[in-house]
Amino acid sequence: MKTIDEIVADHADREGPLLPILHEIQAALGCIDAEAETRIAELLNLTRAEVHGVVSFYHDFKTKPDERPVVQVCRAEACQARGVEAMMAAAHLAAGDRVRLDTVYCLGLCSVGPNARVGDDLHARLNENSLAKLVENA
Amino acid sequence: MTGIVRISDDALARACGAESLVMAFEKLGWTVEHVSSWGMHWLEPLVEVNGVGWGAVTVDRVADIAEGGAHDLCIGPVAEHPFIASQQQLTFARAGRTRPLSLDDYATTGGWAGLDRAREIGGEQVLAEMLRSGLRGRGGAGFPAGIKWQTVAKAEGTRKYVVCNADEGDSGTFADRMLMEGDPFALIEGMAICAHAVGASQGYIYLRSEYPDAQRKLEAALALSAHIIAPFRVEVRMGAGTYVCGEETSLLNSLEGKRGEVRAKPPLPALQGLFGCPTVVNNVLTLAAVPHILTEGGAALYESLGVERSKGTMPIQIAGNVKHGGLYETAFGVTLRELVYDIAGGTASGRPVKAVQVGGPLGAYIHPDQFDLPFDYEAYTAADALIGHGGIVVFDDTADMAALARFAMQFCAAESCGKCTPCRIGSVRGTEIIERILTGGRKADAVESLPQMHNVRQSERSLEEQVMLLEDLCETMKFGSLCALGGFTPYPVMSALRHWPEDFGLAREAALA
Ligand SMILES: Cc1cc2nc3c(=O)[nH]c(=O)nc-3n(C[C@H](O)[C@H](O)[C@H](O)COP(=O)(O)O)c2cc1C
Ligand code: SF4
Ligand code: FES
Repeated sequence: MKTIDEIVADHADREGPLLPILHEIQAALGCIDAEAETRIAELLNLTRAEVHGVVSFYHDFKTKPDERPVVQVCRAEACQARGVEAMMAAAHLAAGDRVRLDTVYCLGLCSVGPNARVGDDLHARLNENSLAKLVENA
Repeated sequence: MTGIVRISDDALARACGAESLVMAFEKLGWTVEHVSSWGMHWLEPLVEVNGVGWGAVTVDRVADIAEGGAHDLCIGPVAEHPFIASQQQLTFARAGRTRPLSLDDYATTGGWAGLDRAREIGGEQVLAEMLRSGLRGRGGAGFPAGIKWQTVAKAEGTRKYVVCNADEGDSGTFADRMLMEGDPFALIEGMAICAHAVGASQGYIYLRSEYPDAQRKLEAALALSAHIIAPFRVEVRMGAGTYVCGEETSLLNSLEGKRGEVRAKPPLPALQGLFGCPTVVNNVLTLAAVPHILTEGGAALYESLGVERSKGTMPIQIAGNVKHGGLYETAFGVTLRELVYDIAGGTASGRPVKAVQVGGPLGAYIHPDQFDLPFDYEAYTAADALIGHGGIVVFDDTADMAALARFAMQFCAAESCGKCTPCRIGSVRGTEIIERILTGGRKADAVESLPQMHNVRQSERSLEEQVMLLEDLCETMKFGSLCALGGFTPYPVMSALRHWPEDFGLAREAALA
């Protein structure tokens, strides 16, 4: 696995490299914690406050590790119109503490919702049962 | 029987199970061509053999189709399907018809003709044709693309940028995604034409992280076409799950590696954009419309379509509770009635239509009484509504408009960049007021009940007073916010309140007062 130093070095010649760096560190380490922020700041000649400001602004970046599998459920308007809200109680029940249920606002599949994403896999036309099953198998 | 079968590898088709069909056909010895999606989403995954389509196909029907059966799923010749035949496809002319990453398919369907011609006629002439076409930004604000390009072309500076806004955060929209996955070279060609016209050498596509399939396609397409667009270069940059980064100045901050806070304008991005350099920021659909406009006679054709100052075609995205959802490109001027009932076939649930939200989470909820409104930027503005990115989301009569109004405020609170108070605080207060309207007011809290708090009002606010407060707050947000996130959130809220007061527990007259 690449270290933070290697990741930062890989992006060194890009313009405005911070977001690509944070994406790669998030993917590699599962989060961007205080230690990571400090190291990134040193390498890019920024203050830790600047790095933390960026990390905390974006929903994709997490400051604490969470090993649980993640199911992202779209709860934006078009999926609401297709009934996602009524399915959430069963999904939470299936998730318990084992699976993290995240809300996303739109996966771009708004004509065939309700939709969910697990990793890079998308799932459409979900109903209460199939969403719960998706969560159980996550 | 074996042969060639065409199945889309678009993310939506895959989410609906296209991959299992691919495997099943391959197992039977068929050759599978991965094409873009036609945009008839209720029929995905769609299977096409010799121009004839079957949909929506499940894996247990593959053997049937391979033998020429499955007549119950057969829709006949796909290109003649009324949903396709009635469109005016310019931006999506290749939808369903080409393999997204085939340079051959792209070139044989007129690809690169616009770029070749742009190089021949020179930057000045390109700008003139862009102005002539009347093309307006498809990202939401509807600003004339030609004027923006001209400003950047004239701006002082040795370094200039072309930035494609592919953040497509609006619920109910997916045209950018379909274009990037289905016809990525068209976007790249549009960006190259723009770069040529304004004198830029570097381009960025700012893509939302919810679109991993589009990322793969774009990166592959960029690698394949690098030699064609050289010396212009384009890089894909991923967003990080933040709606406000679709706002152009927030997007530029994000590209620079900063917090995605909105910048005050002026300076315009066209003059001081990315890293302080003159920058064109255009939506995917705006840029993808360019190659066609730049072909011989393209600008004149584009200008001849549409109504008033809304020229050309709009890829309309039909979503939510509809029978026939998908992408429908047509000239401006089409009414919601036609879209919702004739084209989309009414609700999927079979229940009456209650409301349609046009233009994403910041767009107004439109009542069936207003369904004769023509798709036209100015007509929508006059009706206190917006076209935005062209997404329409249909709701049936089970929709709770008060809950949707509250959701609009909650969404604004969750996604606010925090730069200005009307949006950052107003959205939280707005959520609370709607909450109070729905639960019948609020009692004085512990502090307010203290004897020394003699300035606090003692009587509870009436329902009417709560509504007045909400209206006041919406006015403040509308006129006091720096960008359209705070500024337009009042549209869905106020339209819900005006048209469906009974959902808020109000008498009809109260809301119209
Ligand atoms: C909160 C907010 C979100 C926006 N999201 C997008 C978006 O996802 N995609 C987009 O192209 N424009 C979006 N816009 C509009 C952009 O600010 C800008 O007008 C547009 O990118 C300009 O390109 P165009 O002229 O081609 O439309 C958004 C604006 C606001 C205020
Ligand atoms: S309106 Fe909201 S999102 Fe826009 S600048 Fe103000 S705080 Fe930021
Ligand atoms: S609203 Fe759920 S995918 Fe777009």
